[in-house]
Amino acid sequence: MALSDKDRIFTNLYGQQDWRLDAARRRGQWDDTKGLIGKGRDWIIEEVKNSGLRGRGGAGFPTGLKWSFMPKQSDGRPHYLVVNSDESEPGTCKDRDILRHDPHTLVEGCLIAGVAMGAHAGYIYVRGEYYNEHLVLQAAIDEAYKAGLLGKDACGAGWDFDLYVHRGAGAYICGEETALIESLEGKKGMPRLKPPFPAAVGLYGCPTTVNNVETIAVVPTILRRGAAWFAGFGRPKNSGTKIFCIQGHVNKPCNVEEEMSIPLRELIEKHAGGVRGGWDNLLAVIPGGSSTPMLPKHICDDVLMDFDALREHRSGLGTAGVIVMDKSTDLIKAIARLSAFYKHESCGQCTPCREGMGWVKRMMDRMVEGRAETAEIDVLEQVTRQIEGHTICALADGGVWPVQGLIRHFRPMMEERIAAYKARKGSPQPTLPMAAE
Amino acid sequence: MTEDVSTSNEIPQPESFAFDAESEAAIGTIVARYPAGKQASAVIPLLYVVQRQMKRQTGSAWVPLKGMDAVAERLGMPPIRVYEVATFYFMFNTKPIGRFHLQVCGTTPCWLRGSDDVARACRDAAHVAGYGQTSADGMFTLSEVECLGGCVNAPILQVDDDYYEDLDYEGTVRLIEALRRGERPKPGSMIGRQTSAPAGGPLTLLDVPGE
Repeated sequence: MALSDKDRIFTNLYGQQDWRLDAARRRGQWDDTKGLIGKGRDWIIEEVKNSGLRGRGGAGFPTGLKWSFMPKQSDGRPHYLVVNSDESEPGTCKDRDILRHDPHTLVEGCLIAGVAMGAHAGYIYVRGEYYNEHLVLQAAIDEAYKAGLLGKDACGAGWDFDLYVHRGAGAYICGEETALIESLEGKKGMPRLKPPFPAAVGLYGCPTTVNNVETIAVVPTILRRGAAWFAGFGRPKNSGTKIFCIQGHVNKPCNVEEEMSIPLRELIEKHAGGVRGGWDNLLAVIPGGSSTPMLPKHICDDVLMDFDALREHRSGLGTAGVIVMDKSTDLIKAIARLSAFYKHESCGQCTPCREGMGWVKRMMDRMVEGRAETAEIDVLEQVTRQIEGHTICALADGGVWPVQGLIRHFRPMMEERIAAYKARKGSPQPTLPMAAE
Repeated sequence: MTEDVSTSNEIPQPESFAFDAESEAAIGTIVARYPAGKQASAVIPLLYVVQRQMKRQTGSAWVPLKGMDAVAERLGMPPIRVYEVATFYFMFNTKPIGRFHLQVCGTTPCWLRGSDDVARACRDAAHVAGYGQTSADGMFTLSEVECLGGCVNAPILQVDDDYYEDLDYEGTVRLIEALRRGERPKPGSMIGRQTSAPAGGPLTLLDVPGE
């Protein structure tokens, strides 16, 4: 039941063809965009709802529903579309391919999404490190303007729409939608309290919807081929196609667009050449980017790659960045490095995150050595529960979930490490009092 | 997140900073992207303009205090707001760096594929003691960066704006030696992969319309 090429949306994912407008048109993009827009805002939102599309940036919120939160009539304030291309979740590199190889899927999607939410302007916030990618995107926008596809009376459909690229400067937190808005307004990327939600008070205090690149870029094809076509892939409530980033200890790491709900094992073996050393050499997989808790091999054997199946195993699809780790991996160190990441990227606004991410990192560093008491594993687990859910945004949640996943599935490994340390050091010195950490 | 701007006091700061003609042209385009009265939105892009101009003029891409002040003045912002932004975001260098900025991704996806070897190769070939250091000849500054978002081509070394991918120890050494000779190898996969397709060639997208 593998996806066939004729049902792939990103037909230039690998950049085998030209990204420019003429080539994009030959691949079917910008085909009768005017006609799609002509069917009206309500039709677009209804189609997107019926397609079952859920946000591709990690949270999986239904896209059509999100769009419907925008005010139906402007109260005088402009509406804004903001596209989140701050792709920074470790393990995720899908939007990069859209920006550099298939940018017109995104540019066309922005126009259509703009119509659907009553926006005459859109900003695409690209992470600062994607310098070369942002040049391609800007060039694609420039040629769209020149061809009359953007700007005044875009596509001749009677809707004015301007689209701009804005580069970030190296801050994971700006992938959080309200931090992104703050950053776009010229401030430090510190998340805002919600409510008010961006649909009411967003960019410059105006109604705003923030969507991931992939979410926006699939919309034109959904509208052209029909909601039922897209909904036909994957299990109910998990529909569509999805770009997976398969990496780590596989023979052939790659990005691939596949059907949602594909079994994890099939995904890895069919597209990425299998696990290094064979399936039985698998230790664990982080299924959806760094924030999603890892799954041990026995779950990986038959788990499906979609929102609900992974949630049943207390993990998540996230961004679909599949990080494969074979039996040679020091799992504790792999997670400790993620703890260092979240410490580095905490914006410092909320105390549980600012203090907690550093504390968790230092604890994890000790766990890597085994320089700890077995009881401290419980302390660590309990502290992650104190951090989780007690901050403005989800960075801290994403920072502690990998640790929780490690403890849940590989606690014996951590205990062995501690025992080995004690055995090596003879009569163990008591570790530092925990408060001093 | 990065260092305190006050540490910049110990760094030799230029006496003045003025945008040159190339920067002025860029600023015009940038500021026009934002609505009237919202020009503060241009602060990150303008700090990049400063950093690029410093690279052109001095060979070192960094943002001196006078450059931040120039941005503040241009955008009608209090200087402290610009200092905040310049120090919050990781990509602005608040002190001078070498001619080439070697940025090793050390986050888990790259680490699993051998980023420790890439970092070691950088230290060996660029003669840099460690992260945050610059080689004695001023050619290379070595930094560890967080996930660069190119994980299926791990491990990655970003040199200035360019990603060099699928590296190992030897490949990294060769790259740095080429840079030292004044060459600029083509960015992307260093083992000849077609971007993010699997090694050996794509297994999908073999039958698509187009060219």
